[in-house]
Amino acid sequence: MSKMLMKGNEALGEAALRAGCRHYFGYPITPQSELIEYMAKMLPKCDGTFLQAESEVAAINMIYGAASSGIRCFTSSSSPGISLKMEGVSYCAGAELPMVFVNVVRGGPGLGDIQPAQSDYFQATKGGGHGDYRLIVLAPASVQESVDMMYKSFDLADKYRNPVLILTDGLIGQMMEPTDFPPMKTDAEISKLRGQHKSWCLRPRSKDKVEEKHVIKAFEIDPVNLEKNVLSLYEKYARIEQDEVDWEEYGVVEDNQILFVGYGTSGRIAKTVVDMYKEQGVSVGLIRPKTLWPFPYEAIKKAAKKVKKVVVVELSMGQMVEDVRLAVNGAVDVDFYGRTGGMVFTPEEIKEFADKKLAEVK
Amino acid sequence: MKIIAKRPEALTSAAFTYCPGCLHGVAHRLIAESMDELGITQDCIGVCPVGCSVFGYRFFDCDFVSAAHGRAPAVATGIVRSRPESLVFTYQGDGDLAAIGTAEIIHAANRGENITVFFINNAIYGMTGGQMAPTTLAGMKATTSPYGRDTEDVGEPIKVCELLDSLAAPVFIERVSLLDVPGIIGAKKAVKKALQNNRDKKGFSFVEMISTCPTNWGKDAVESVQWAKENMLPVFPIGQIRDKGAEK
Repeated sequence: MSKMLMKGNEALGEAALRAGCRHYFGYPITPQSELIEYMAKMLPKCDGTFLQAESEVAAINMIYGAASSGIRCFTSSSSPGISLKMEGVSYCAGAELPMVFVNVVRGGPGLGDIQPAQSDYFQATKGGGHGDYRLIVLAPASVQESVDMMYKSFDLADKYRNPVLILTDGLIGQMMEPTDFPPMKTDAEISKLRGQHKSWCLRPRSKDKVEEKHVIKAFEIDPVNLEKNVLSLYEKYARIEQDEVDWEEYGVVEDNQILFVGYGTSGRIAKTVVDMYKEQGVSVGLIRPKTLWPFPYEAIKKAAKKVKKVVVVELSMGQMVEDVRLAVNGAVDVDFYGRTGGMVFTPEEIKEFADKKLAEVK
Repeated sequence: MKIIAKRPEALTSAAFTYCPGCLHGVAHRLIAESMDELGITQDCIGVCPVGCSVFGYRFFDCDFVSAAHGRAPAVATGIVRSRPESLVFTYQGDGDLAAIGTAEIIHAANRGENITVFFINNAIYGMTGGQMAPTTLAGMKATTSPYGRDTEDVGEPIKVCELLDSLAAPVFIERVSLLDVPGIIGAKKAVKKALQNNRDKKGFSFVEMISTCPTNWGKDAVESVQWAKENMLPVFPIGQIRDKGAEK
């Protein structure tokens, strides 16, 4: 099939439809409104459910209900709205519900602004909601990758019975790129997908009630049992860390002088920086984490072994840099360059910073 | 041997976790009896709240989901929109429904979701230990209104049935009393009607049940019922507020 020219936010919606998602609950917020509007337009055409909730809190709790019944569903928002959703996200993680949600990140804190940012990394990867839990966090760097990750996110959510967060930003959400789409799942495939959850999901039972009653809850009053439940969650998280960590390497070779680390939009800008160094004949590499949790600690540790500097770039005051420092564990200096509040750096800015840091070593 | 009284089939054998004299047991029984009589238990999905009935999932013999505080109507919306063939009901207290969950109940009612809401109003937070509720009466003492509810300061108790009656979509709204036998007989009729509406896909039905909290009111069971009759019923008068189903 030929490529389609599509905006990042709308492409996320189209990918969700193709993945067999027929239920969306959301609340308007800039810069993700094209996504909720796309679902409002498309879902009625395929017998799906589109519902504009009274708040982000209500929307995520509708997701909690819909995911409890074993169907593919998702919600989306932007930073301030995601803060509101965190209550329901914690419940979904605790009750082990497969669901997907999207954060089209904008500048913060507070109401902040509506320009692209990456300052929700801590919230996405270190908690956000209350309690011991993890989200699978995917970070696209293009419209194509938004589509691929959105499509895959439902499979991951189903496979691990765990919420999956697509952490994109106002830049990728708002830009248009030619994009390939995966095939639309058939009704038979969608029905089969739902069937995989019949052993635990909410459903009407047969008249004779021979099947066990199902209870969905993120609640256990006995601390002995709650600890057991959380330990079992962490066994699952260990499997995810083992099997699902994903990253891109760009120009990573033995004689790299600098290793850049950046995700999403920053990773994409850093690619241009790598090319600029290449033209100068200076060897530098880039690791772009595609999963922010699980985080590619080992890949970064390995790639940083012989470099003179590690430079982390983010559209924030430095959040992922803490994970990079954990990965490198003091073996080499880790420097950080960031812009925040919705400001986006240029490749030239980053290179100037990296040049200076490299000169300090020499 | 002739059985003259037994537990409804729709209740499990799990022992209730409620205090002596509490009327949650009566409310549970009325719902379960109605489920039996309508033959709908296997199609029901319940949503239990945060509060004394947080263990509701143990007591009813149907699928259940435990919701965050106040969010039961939103959770019920998500279920009924993805399982329209099931009968989804919520069971919520006054703090849950009329304080933290005010937005959720009003909007679920306004959309006319095909769900049934059972609202237990005993004018106090029970589980957390007797704090002031949105339905606490004027002058009534609670641990967070130790000098009595000052309506100049925190407003009058909220009358939820009347509030919902301003909306177009709900098909059935009734306030009932669990305080004596005639009250309970009336309550049973309303509970069954609400579940019938749900089965017949008529839309949103709401039953408020005036109840007691002997433990946090500091009264015994008999005193509590008497106190509620004298003080709660004048503020929250029982009666059918709307039955659009019957009009059709």
